[in-house]
Amino acid sequence: MIGWAVSRLVGVTVLLTALAFLSNALTESLETYYFLIIIQCGIAATLAVSLNLINGITGQFSIGHAGFYAVGAYVGAAWTMLWRPRLESTLPILSIGSPTGDILNLLIALALGSLAAALTGVVVGTPSLRLRGDYLAILTLGFGEVIRVVLLNIDAVGGARGLTGIPTLVSTGNLAFFWVALVLIAVTVLTRNLMRTTRGLTWLAVREDEMAADAMGVNTTRVKVTAFVIGSGFAGAAGVLYAHFFTGISPDIFGMDVSIMITTMVVLAGTGSVTGAIIAGIVLTALPEAFRFLKDYRMLIFSTTLIIIMLTRPQGILGHSELGFGSFFRLYRRLSGLRRTSSA
Amino acid sequence: MQAFLQQVIFGIQLGSLYALIALGYTLVYGVLRLINFAHGDVFMVGAVVCYYACTRWLPFRNLEAYPDAALANVGLALGVLLLAMAVCAVLGMAIERFAYRPLRNGLQTVDAHFWGMVAALPVAIGAPLPGLPVRAVVWLALGVVFGFLLRPVVSRLARRTVRSSSRLNALITAIGVSFVLEYGGLLVFGADPNFVPTVVPERTFEIPGGIRVGTPQMAILCISLLLMAMLRWIVLHTRRGKAMRAIAFDIEAAKLMGINTDSVIAFTFALGGALAGAGGALVAALTHVKITPLFGLLPGIKAFVAAVLGGPGSIPGAVLGGLLMGLAEAFVAGSQFSAYRDAIAFCILIILLLARPTGLLGQPVTEKV
Amino acid sequence: MNSKRLTRVSGVALAIVACTLVGCKSVKSGATAKPSEIVVGEYASLTGTTATFGTSTHRGVQMAIDDANAAGGVNGVPLRLVTEDDASKPDVARTVVTRLITQDKVIAVLGEVASTRSMAAAPVCEQYKVPMITPSSTNPEVTRKGEYIFRVCFTDDFQAAVVAHFAADQGYKRAAIFKDIKNDYSVAFAANFAAELKKLGGQIVAEQVFQEGDTDFKAQLTSLKAANPDAVLVPGYYSEVGTIARQAREVGLTVPLLGGDGWDSPRLIPGAGGPGGALEGCFFSNHYFSTELKEKATQDFIAAFRKRYSTSPDALAALGYDAARLLVDAMKRCPKLDAKSLRDAIASTKDFPGVTGKITLDMNRNARKAALILQVKGDRFTVFRSYTPEQIGQ
Repeated sequence: MIGWAVSRLVGVTVLLTALAFLSNALTESLETYYFLIIIQCGIAATLAVSLNLINGITGQFSIGHAGFYAVGAYVGAAWTMLWRPRLESTLPILSIGSPTGDILNLLIALALGSLAAALTGVVVGTPSLRLRGDYLAILTLGFGEVIRVVLLNIDAVGGARGLTGIPTLVSTGNLAFFWVALVLIAVTVLTRNLMRTTRGLTWLAVREDEMAADAMGVNTTRVKVTAFVIGSGFAGAAGVLYAHFFTGISPDIFGMDVSIMITTMVVLAGTGSVTGAIIAGIVLTALPEAFRFLKDYRMLIFSTTLIIIMLTRPQGILGHSELGFGSFFRLYRRLSGLRRTSSA
Repeated sequence: MQAFLQQVIFGIQLGSLYALIALGYTLVYGVLRLINFAHGDVFMVGAVVCYYACTRWLPFRNLEAYPDAALANVGLALGVLLLAMAVCAVLGMAIERFAYRPLRNGLQTVDAHFWGMVAALPVAIGAPLPGLPVRAVVWLALGVVFGFLLRPVVSRLARRTVRSSSRLNALITAIGVSFVLEYGGLLVFGADPNFVPTVVPERTFEIPGGIRVGTPQMAILCISLLLMAMLRWIVLHTRRGKAMRAIAFDIEAAKLMGINTDSVIAFTFALGGALAGAGGALVAALTHVKITPLFGLLPGIKAFVAAVLGGPGSIPGAVLGGLLMGLAEAFVAGSQFSAYRDAIAFCILIILLLARPTGLLGQPVTEKV
Repeated sequence: MNSKRLTRVSGVALAIVACTLVGCKSVKSGATAKPSEIVVGEYASLTGTTATFGTSTHRGVQMAIDDANAAGGVNGVPLRLVTEDDASKPDVARTVVTRLITQDKVIAVLGEVASTRSMAAAPVCEQYKVPMITPSSTNPEVTRKGEYIFRVCFTDDFQAAVVAHFAADQGYKRAAIFKDIKNDYSVAFAANFAAELKKLGGQIVAEQVFQEGDTDFKAQLTSLKAANPDAVLVPGYYSEVGTIARQAREVGLTVPLLGGDGWDSPRLIPGAGGPGGALEGCFFSNHYFSTELKEKATQDFIAAFRKRYSTSPDALAALGYDAARLLVDAMKRCPKLDAKSLRDAIASTKDFPGVTGKITLDMNRNARKAALILQVKGDRFTVFRSYTPEQIGQ
């Protein structure tokens, strides 16, 4: 047991150090434009993984994920800009500028942002997850819009202007990439591990056949709400990172189009595939940037491709399967096997 | 009291528009259980057609210069309405044929020709060609060639495709179609807002009690009611309508009874498209809002909410839902809470759905194992 | 896949990504700008909700750069303008400005019209110490983003105060406000107007909001009408104002509407039902530019613009032209072309003869300029009167 804990600890330390080094190296060597896109990709991948928990793994139909992303971003930013300064005089450790203060504050912001998003998830999920399919979809879309309109009307967070000039806590010591990668890895590992617990299995059971799961004594509503709340919390963490990296947030950044984009990532990846969600998040963020030279045709080509993929590969690019080393080997074996048969 | 009645009138006018669009959602949902996300954009196309017809295609005369042209203009305006309905009906059918039917029945080799036309479009637009007719001919020719080139690819893809009946897939396809219409509209129409000029004479009457009613409002209300009555007649008293109801009840059984489900579904999309087109043309010509390629987004979503509110699949439900939405919006917008106008619409929906999960007039469905 | 393997997978994936990108960088850095030209960046909303603003500004900027090149560039070195479209979205503005600075290596950045976009991009310019001149972002916050951010137009608080003074001078003591809650420009304009009008002895009798994209405003307008105002302030963009005016007349709200520079567009009058339509006789404040002004510089610019684009310039085009010319002028004045000295050269601009009036940048990097009150008459905007900063006590 102790040996296991030690090896885990060592593993995590090595990973963190490697990430920090990589983060520093990337920040130093990369053109900022590419760096910006990498950060965007990481945040998008986190969002895709978080929605995948709800739509892919539990088989629900949420299309209002930007609302939780917004709650996380706003609460995280509110901590750093509004609440923290009030506590600073009594708790000097909270002042920003020093590496420890920055890291501490970011951790607090991440915790508060995810918590607030998860709480919103409870409020939204508890009533609406009693409904199924399309009704649930439209309810989540509605809640996403309600969250946006409420943010628009709160003067403390700037109304339409939003909050600008949020301190970039993530960039301290070139750690932006570190934080984004860390959150992405944490969210992915948590999802994977949860899926192997009893609770995770009930998620899959609800996805495969809700009525049968119900008959087997699974409290389906509760199971769905749990997945919904955890997924919302993850989206909140992504929001906190967005706010602290891009330093400006306003309600129109978290509109319906963002919700739809996240849903698209999950479906395109193959609902239920965690690695697929990560890849789709990265690809769907990076590709439109790469094709910027196409100007007005860019989004037209994107949407046509979307339709074609849905028609020719409705299970998504990866389906339910995951991508790991094993799949590379399998692919290699298949390719080499193919070559052998063709030469024979 | 006067203010109350006034807001009721605005609410009914707005609601009748929502109802027109909501009917399209509800018809499609009834037969296919599909949220046709692109329906709002069909509405936008109706408005765009109206704009072009009023400013370029039809010989409308300036009412200020020729006051006696009013009657001729009204006639032409009815023509615009029919044109918008026809274009949108065809568009609705095309969307069904090339996006939703392959999803339902699997991709077919014939579909290659459609994708060939799509692939030829950017080439035809981008190539340096003189004049529109030449461009169109080049596009058609290239489209046919591309279509034949794509045939083997498509048939191979069609064989490999594993069909899925996932609702999420259908929704994402619908979103894809919606994007195509929006960004395609952006290329054709540009991002600048455009306005339809006054083509029919507009008057405002003050009826006793200080309530004001304008001819545009009355026209919107009357035409919507007329269209709804026609729809009701089609659905209840024609063979096609009967077939639609049969499919809505049980698509497999309908197939076994010898109903050509594909053609009836296409007809349903045409009906929905025509209603949306009429709605778009009415809004564009009579309320004079700005028309942009994203014009259909918000009304589309609200009409969809209205359809769910009334109970998707139920035609009287869609009308009731639309009117409720319109009234709720008018009262919220007229009060001091106008900032929460859009949120209120969704709040009503949320509360109602929690109390009555199948909408106001929806049939409760018991799931069979 | 267990978590250990996942860790391994992600580690390897990260390494691959890193190597690829580092590889990319070494290829890219070889292709930097030649010293034989000066690259100027511009970001504008060429598509999206405010496409006409961006297009108009871009025309003015492009014309100024071409004029400068025709006159021999900056000390013999030609200028090159790189324009990026931000699709009327703040996050895109941030990305494209980063791209302009790090990829295209621009020496200065011009843009944007909308303040939200300028404020999204300004921190990037500040971070890289690249001077940014906004032609027409009027929010006071924009230039507070840092030492490298300048503007060649007036600010919203000034503009709102001008409209408030105008309302008071016209005897509109009871004003109502109809603002776009989604639009920060509109919200701030309304707040400043209300504060200034109260100082001048007027009052705000009603306030209602709408949202960009709404199709029906009659419910709110009816409730505004019930308050019986002398005038209604509609500080929105031209795309909504025309429809609002038509629906206002429809519900019987016949008092004049007031607005700001967001109204300035050739599409304003068509949107209100053509010449003599719902906006006839209404007033809005605008930058000190009008085709009616008789100053020679203004008239020369208008003639050249008409010749080139066969349409009349609006204030945004004129401001874009001024911003680019002011930049070129500063480049000529600076001893060596680096960011710091260019910044100082721009900051020390004094009495620059712009087509939108003389431009002197104050210590807050804002231009002190007069404003015009224009009136909608037929198919034209006629100059009604003008206000200088001194006249309204600023």
